[in-house]
Order: sequence, then structure tokens, then C-alpha cells
Amino acid sequence: MENLKNEMKLEFLSKSANESFARVTIAAFAAQLDPTIEELADIKTSVSEAVTNAIVHAYSGSEGIIKIHSRLYENLIEIEVIDTGVGIENIEEAKTPLFTTKGSLERSGMGFTIMESFMDELKVESVVGLGTKIYMKKKIKSSGKELSL
Amino acid sequence: MKVEHFVEERILKILITEEIDHHTSSKIRTRMDYEILRFRPKKVIIDLKNVKFMDSAGVGLMIGRYKSVKSCGGNLEIENANSKLMKIFEMSGLPKIIEFRNTSELQGFSNEIESILI
Repeated sequence: MENLKNEMKLEFLSKSANESFARVTIAAFAAQLDPTIEELADIKTSVSEAVTNAIVHAYSGSEGIIKIHSRLYENLIEIEVIDTGVGIENIEEAKTPLFTTKGSLERSGMGFTIMESFMDELKVESVVGLGTKIYMKKKIKSSGKELSL
Repeated sequence: MKVEHFVEERILKILITEEIDHHTSSKIRTRMDYEILRFRPKKVIIDLKNVKFMDSAGVGLMIGRYKSVKSCGGNLEIENANSKLMKIFEMSGLPKIIEFRNTSELQGFSNEIESILI
């Protein structure tokens, strides 16, 4: 692994108002790597999906703590989104495109599909009754050296 | 959100001005369904030109409105989604059932510039 450049931890209540707080905060942190507009949008969307999953599924309306842990390397960002909610029984099923247990709430079932395609790596660890940890990694190609907008 | 109703043509135009995520979508959904049921329009146009961020909640929101517009016998069109929004809509397969259009040339132009620069 390359040299660690920076690291941060964030903790907040599982309130839906914090979805925008989480993605804007991670975008501000990731900006230190000089990502392109598109890379930054991909990171924001993926974090929004992971945090929404924790709010909607892990805590399902009740209040809990969501933690985000992020590390920056030379050309790479690692993000973990951790909850201590109900956990996921069948991870493969949850990752299936368009699969949702909350269709009545107009959830599209695209959360994991978006995280998988917008990031370079996605790992999901979950224990029923204990919680879920989502690990995501994205390479930042530009590092904006030749282009500063 | 801004709503315009063209009585003669029975067209309802909805301009969404906020970011679309799970938090904001329930409010947007309630307001849109209220307007759709009130006017029972022939056509609903949702303009996304001012939407800077959308996650998968936007897909659920549009599928739901497509259903409520259809159930009133109308048609749904979505306008001016930027390239980031389109990336998510394309993944969902929604453009196969709902018409997506770009009305403002400027929007298309700035999208193009953005893709050249990146």
C-alpha cells in the first residue's frame, strides 16, 4: 500500500438529513486528491447510497450511529461506512440489481449496483444483529496536475 | 420546486430545484402526486436542469411518478438531466420506458465542454 496522506473519522445519527451532510463532507475530504468533477460525483453518489442503506435498512427508521472512516493515499481513496443495525442476511441477494425489500417506499434497488460501478472496489461484511461494514475504494486518476479548473 | 399548469393543453410542468436523495424525495413525491391528482394532466414534464445531485432515490421517484401519471391517463417526459444524472438513469434502464429530452442547447453545450475537459 502506498503512503497514507490523510485520514478522517466521522460519526453521526442515522437521520435522513445527514445523507447530504455525509456526501458533502466526504467530497470536501476527497478534494485533497484533486479528483475530476466526475470522480467526485461518483464518490458522492456512492457514499449517499451507503449511508441511505444504513438509515433505511440497518436502522429502519430507528436511531443509531453511522460511522464513516476514510483514508487518502497518493492516487486512492478508501471509504468505510459502518453501522450497528440489523445486518444483511443474504449479501449476494442484496447486491442483485433492482433487488429491494422496500419496494413500497419506492426504493429502486440500485444502491449496491451504483457503488459497484462507480467505485473500483466494493466489499460488504455483515453479521445479522450486529451490523454492516461497507468498504469502498476508488483510484483517482487525474490528480489534476495538468488541469486546474 | 416550481409548478406550472397550462390549462388548455393540460400540461403540467414541474421544475425540481433541490438535490434528489432519499431525504428530499418524500417531500418532492408528495407535492408532485398532489399536483398530478389535482390536474389529471395529459402530459407531465419534469425539468431537472437545476438538479445538481441525484442518487438512486431519483430513479424510484421517477418510476413512481411514471405510474401515477399513467394511472391518470397521462404521459411523462423528463427534461434536461445533466450527464451525471443520465449515468444513473441509463443504469436503471428507465430511458427505455420514459422519454428523456434536452431542451436547452446551452445545457447540452456545457455538458459537452465538461466531457472534453475531463
